[in-house]
Amino acid sequence: MDPRTTPAFLRGMTQSRSVTRRDAFRLAGLSAAGLALSACGVQGRKAAPPKKDAVADYWASKQKNGTLRFANWPLYIDKDGKKYPSLELFTADTGIKVTYAEAIQEMPVFFGKIQPQLAAGNDIGHDLMVMTNSIQLNRAIQLGYLVPLDHSRLPNFAANAGARFKNPVWDPGNAYTVPWAGGITGIAYNPEYVDEVTSIEDLWNPKYKGKVGMMSDTQEVANFGMFALGVDPDTSTEADWRRAGDRLRRQRDAGLVRKYYENDYIEALVRGDVWITMAWSGDVFQQVAEGKDLRFVVPAEGGTIWTDNLCIPKTAQNPVDALTLMDYVYQPKIAAMLVEYINYIAPVPATKDILAAKAAGEKGEDKEFLEQVATSPMIYPSDADMAKLRSYTVLSTAQEKVFEGIFQPITQG
Amino acid sequence: MSASGPRSAGRTRPRGRWTDRLLRIYVWLVLAWLFLPIAVMIVFGFNDTQSKSNVSWQGFTLKWWGRLDEYPDLVVAVRNSLLIALVSVAVTTVLGTLMGLALGRHRFRGQGATNLAMFAAISSPELVMGASLLSLFISAGVETGFATVVIAHVLFSLSFVAITVRARVVGMDASIEEAARDLGATPWTTFWRVTFPMILPGVVAGALLAFALSIDDFVITQFTSGATQTFPLWIWGATRIGMPPQVNIIGTLIFAVGVAVAVLNAVTARRRGT
Amino acid sequence: MKRLTPYLLVLPGGLWLAIFMVVPMVFMASVSTQEGDVVNGFAQTFNVGVYGEVLGQYGTQFLRSASYGLAATAVSLLLAYPVAYWIAFRGGARKSTYLLLVLLPFFVSFVLRTVSWKFLLADDGLLLAPLKSAGLLPGDFHVLQTTAAVIGGLVYNYLPFMILPIYVALERVDPRTVEAARDLYASRRGAFTRIVLPLSLPGVFAGVLMTFVPMTADYVNAAILGGPENTMIGNIIQTEYLVNNDYPTAAALSFTLMAAMLVGIFAYARALGTENVLEAAAR
Repeated sequence: MDPRTTPAFLRGMTQSRSVTRRDAFRLAGLSAAGLALSACGVQGRKAAPPKKDAVADYWASKQKNGTLRFANWPLYIDKDGKKYPSLELFTADTGIKVTYAEAIQEMPVFFGKIQPQLAAGNDIGHDLMVMTNSIQLNRAIQLGYLVPLDHSRLPNFAANAGARFKNPVWDPGNAYTVPWAGGITGIAYNPEYVDEVTSIEDLWNPKYKGKVGMMSDTQEVANFGMFALGVDPDTSTEADWRRAGDRLRRQRDAGLVRKYYENDYIEALVRGDVWITMAWSGDVFQQVAEGKDLRFVVPAEGGTIWTDNLCIPKTAQNPVDALTLMDYVYQPKIAAMLVEYINYIAPVPATKDILAAKAAGEKGEDKEFLEQVATSPMIYPSDADMAKLRSYTVLSTAQEKVFEGIFQPITQG
Repeated sequence: MSASGPRSAGRTRPRGRWTDRLLRIYVWLVLAWLFLPIAVMIVFGFNDTQSKSNVSWQGFTLKWWGRLDEYPDLVVAVRNSLLIALVSVAVTTVLGTLMGLALGRHRFRGQGATNLAMFAAISSPELVMGASLLSLFISAGVETGFATVVIAHVLFSLSFVAITVRARVVGMDASIEEAARDLGATPWTTFWRVTFPMILPGVVAGALLAFALSIDDFVITQFTSGATQTFPLWIWGATRIGMPPQVNIIGTLIFAVGVAVAVLNAVTARRRGT
Repeated sequence: MKRLTPYLLVLPGGLWLAIFMVVPMVFMASVSTQEGDVVNGFAQTFNVGVYGEVLGQYGTQFLRSASYGLAATAVSLLLAYPVAYWIAFRGGARKSTYLLLVLLPFFVSFVLRTVSWKFLLADDGLLLAPLKSAGLLPGDFHVLQTTAAVIGGLVYNYLPFMILPIYVALERVDPRTVEAARDLYASRRGAFTRIVLPLSLPGVFAGVLMTFVPMTADYVNAAILGGPENTMIGNIIQTEYLVNNDYPTAAALSFTLMAAMLVGIFAYARALGTENVLEAAAR
């Protein structure tokens, strides 16, 4: 409740008082005093870049501490009431206690929060965090905010990670990150209102005016703009971006786009605010599993594949414990527990057979659900779909400015 | 026409004219409009939803009431909100009461400037206040977090407390204090035994205002919070990923406490006859 | 000692206001003319041109915010006046109960209230779905992500700021003056326009001030209820500061907003024929 409306306050407000113009000048004088203080600029956040042999140097002196502070996105780990079964197994097997925080809701906002602390070398309160491959992750790597990983301590990752989850373009050799889960950005639609969709052109279909959802993330929309033009984001140029920007601008100006959504597009789709929308595979899978009649397609022109990645901030207090968890979740049985709950693409392909085997042993709804997970193209995409998928464009700092300058006004203006 | 009977102030003509009846219906419609979203919020705290987002009615359940602490971060956010409110109210109440006393009792140079600054603090948009504070903090290299949120909350509630206390001080009979002094009381004793008890209702009202302001603040908090989460900030984040029913319940609880305090306040005020 | 007392009393709070309200404004002005980026830092270059740039780029959003603020203020006034009037003159012994009823919804968090509206107004939601299935509305009719939704949200969230000051002003009108006018053969309408309305104007002025300023600078309603064509200047400032970390642009925008508001407030006070704004709210 806002107290500006309470009688006691209003009574106070309505007593006469005297303020003169001279008083205003006095305040202004005070401001001038502050001016002297404010002459210097806002400091940057660049940290020293990592040296050669950084891996050995870093890990040589580090020890296991028995605790771990893990920051993740909401609803992004298996959960049973208040417990996290996979983390409990981890604690039982390794003796490391985990403090789990759902601290990340949006990449730019999260990064904006931790960046000053990382630059200053202060503890950010997390030893392990999950970052989407994004402008922010690129920046974190470039600025030396992440600990280089000691792959000699990641045998399960080496043995069990799917080929397509190793050695991504934006982090060669998985030097700083390993995937937690991946997803596809494609098109979701409600078949009650929308005819079968195969092409990205349907997002520009005037029939669905005001019922089209797009994403507010610039890299997401940029990719779709480029797919619509037949451009491969991996090899795209500034001229391609501008054309893609024009294409997206026309879509917006024609009144087709209802809103540029964050993760809330899925609610809008379920509530009926949009009929057809850019969507992430896992969100749609969960709604379908709950019985909603929704479809998900990777458009013929292309779709985006992304991963959310485990990484260790350079200010971590318990890096060895963090590295231990990174490897632990690459055991197929643990990875299967995670994918069963998360419903995004598991980086461990062996989970498919584990879930199928588990489904055979269950009955009723559980069996049905597990079968759905094990056979869904949203979780285990077909090779045909995989061939159509591309990553976000990798940008240098200079390119980033141009890129944001083109796409930001579309989603944020 | 003018042959009026004994008619006291506050009584008006007998109602019943059609315009009055229309107006009455209108007022109740506005009230219904005001309460509609609140009712929805309360009802959906009892929704037996299976999904991660609470959007369609699935049947009645009380189960969420037993699972309020299911989201540890939500618990932390609510606790932060309460802590921030308590700390900032303590600071605000002391500073604001002193200011209110000075403004209500004394005349001094700079009084006008103080009034203007207080008016500016009340009437400037929260957005601008938050933005300027953030500019200060980033320029000075201050890490935003719990402390900076408290600073901001004290800033915007200070004037409210000062003004409420001043209203009380102005309405107070100064001769009682004089009498105490004439009877040999020291200024210190006079303050604690005479002045303070008299202005106490104003101080309490001011503190309650400051608490209400702090616990619900979103805009300035968003600018100054850094990595610290509060309840309103958590809701804002949750609007992007789906809100669990626990949010509705915590909202309902805060609503209930607010209503209880307001009703209590109204009843005691009526009894005191003020 | 005694002469020093008021200064000592004011000092702590006064310093707080000075350090955390006045000084930050100066820093905001300073940040606005710096150049650089968040990674490498910003340096003071007195780049005054940024003001021209942001006005050119975001002029639409400035104008939109102002027009939304004006429209929402006007709607609030129309909605609020009859309510305040009825409570003040027809509320009888239960005046304070009615006032409490008006205020109760505002014990629920601002963001939560707005989210509740998003939920209520959904295309297939509680309000629209029945009307659509009854055939009263076309299937693709929607309220969310329209100008009406944003203005409606603004009006809803700030209505008490309008009702309360008007009520306080009306409450001070002695019903006997109205009686007197009626006794002197004024019509009902005449008694209202000649007596009640003028006496309530200070409340109206205060209410307009207390709603217009926060409504114009709001970004929560546009973010939750609005669409791409409803972005207000507050949304831009919030994004530039907190998401893009483009501090100079953000600071220049907020500084411009503040300056525009100050000019507006003073012009408004002048138009009322008062020397300063305080008195407008006070009388």
